[in-house]
Amino acid sequence: MGLLCGALCGVIVTLVTVFILRIFVTLRHGSKHKPGKKGPVSVLVVAGSGGHTTEIIRLMGALSPFYKPRHYVLADTDKMSEEKIRAFEAEREKTCSASQFTLHRIPRSREVRQSWSSSVLTSLSALVSSIPLLFRLQPDVVLCNGPGTCVPLCAAGILLGVLGVKRVLIVFVESICRVETLSLSGKILYYFADYFFVQWVPLKDKYPKAIYLGRLV
Amino acid sequence: KTVFVTVGTTSFDDLIVTVTSNECVKALIDRGYTDLVLQVGRGSVVPDPEICSGLTLQVFRFKDSISEDIRQADLIISHAGAGSCLEALGANKPLLVVVNDKLMDNHQLELAKQLQADSHLIYCTCSTLSQTLKDMDLSLLTTYTPGEPQNFAYFLDKAIGLV
Repeated sequence: MGLLCGALCGVIVTLVTVFILRIFVTLRHGSKHKPGKKGPVSVLVVAGSGGHTTEIIRLMGALSPFYKPRHYVLADTDKMSEEKIRAFEAEREKTCSASQFTLHRIPRSREVRQSWSSSVLTSLSALVSSIPLLFRLQPDVVLCNGPGTCVPLCAAGILLGVLGVKRVLIVFVESICRVETLSLSGKILYYFADYFFVQWVPLKDKYPKAIYLGRLV
Repeated sequence: KTVFVTVGTTSFDDLIVTVTSNECVKALIDRGYTDLVLQVGRGSVVPDPEICSGLTLQVFRFKDSISEDIRQADLIISHAGAGSCLEALGANKPLLVVVNDKLMDNHQLELAKQLQADSHLIYCTCSTLSQTLKDMDLSLLTTYTPGEPQNFAYFLDKAIGLV
């Protein structure tokens, strides 16, 4: 009996260790991974509420048609963003070839002003929805700019890489609102994103790994 | 001359109440404004168009696009949301931002402070709004140059091997 418990513990410790090592290995080699060399790059775009969506649409507007298909993921309580996205894609279809985009919804990780403790539960619920979505879509890139919705989605994307299913590049562009301090999502994803952009000099100074190219939106 | 007030996708009852108060209305009239358009978003305060004597008042919650209202405005009073600010600045209109000091951690204040430091807008809070409307000098504002998302696109294209 004791032997069985000991063996089981040993297996669990080994699995956890391998998992953690896999996380380090996966995260370290982001810059060497170049999905663009094989052809079009599929991108999962995280659309947050209000201004987040406006900003992400401005970034998307600059991307070439080679970023396709585009999968937009919204929080289930977000009413405004779907219209903005559809309007953007309809406009784009006039100049580029037929739109290849999809829209998906997941539970919101955290409402504005929601307490931190209940946020843990709602974030876990968002993570549970994110994992099957990422497994199904398997994007080359996840693009986000800071709404709470993006953390579970990026976590699921990293999980795909850790499990050896697909290496998903995490691209985080901190919102233009953030001049001196990072958003909570930014503080978390700074250590996990493959490409982390800030838009003001004070943040570039505080976060040396961040990429600064001036104001982007 | 028209003033356009916008709260974006949020609710900001304090702003709506303050801007329609007697003090603020008087300050606007003294500056020669004749029309006041309020976009109240999800707010619970929806003023009656008859309440502001001296100004023609229009009120609505949302529109698919407020670019026409922005275009016709001579002054924009906005909450500090990035989308609203960028839209107003992009149209090269004088912008007065009212920061909502009841929001958690109030990250919007950072952007307002930076853009005021760069002389692109003036910011205040609800409690200082009427004084700001009396004292502000809009001629000191400088043109805002829009951000360049193409720099991001070019960088990303190279990083992921598309070029």
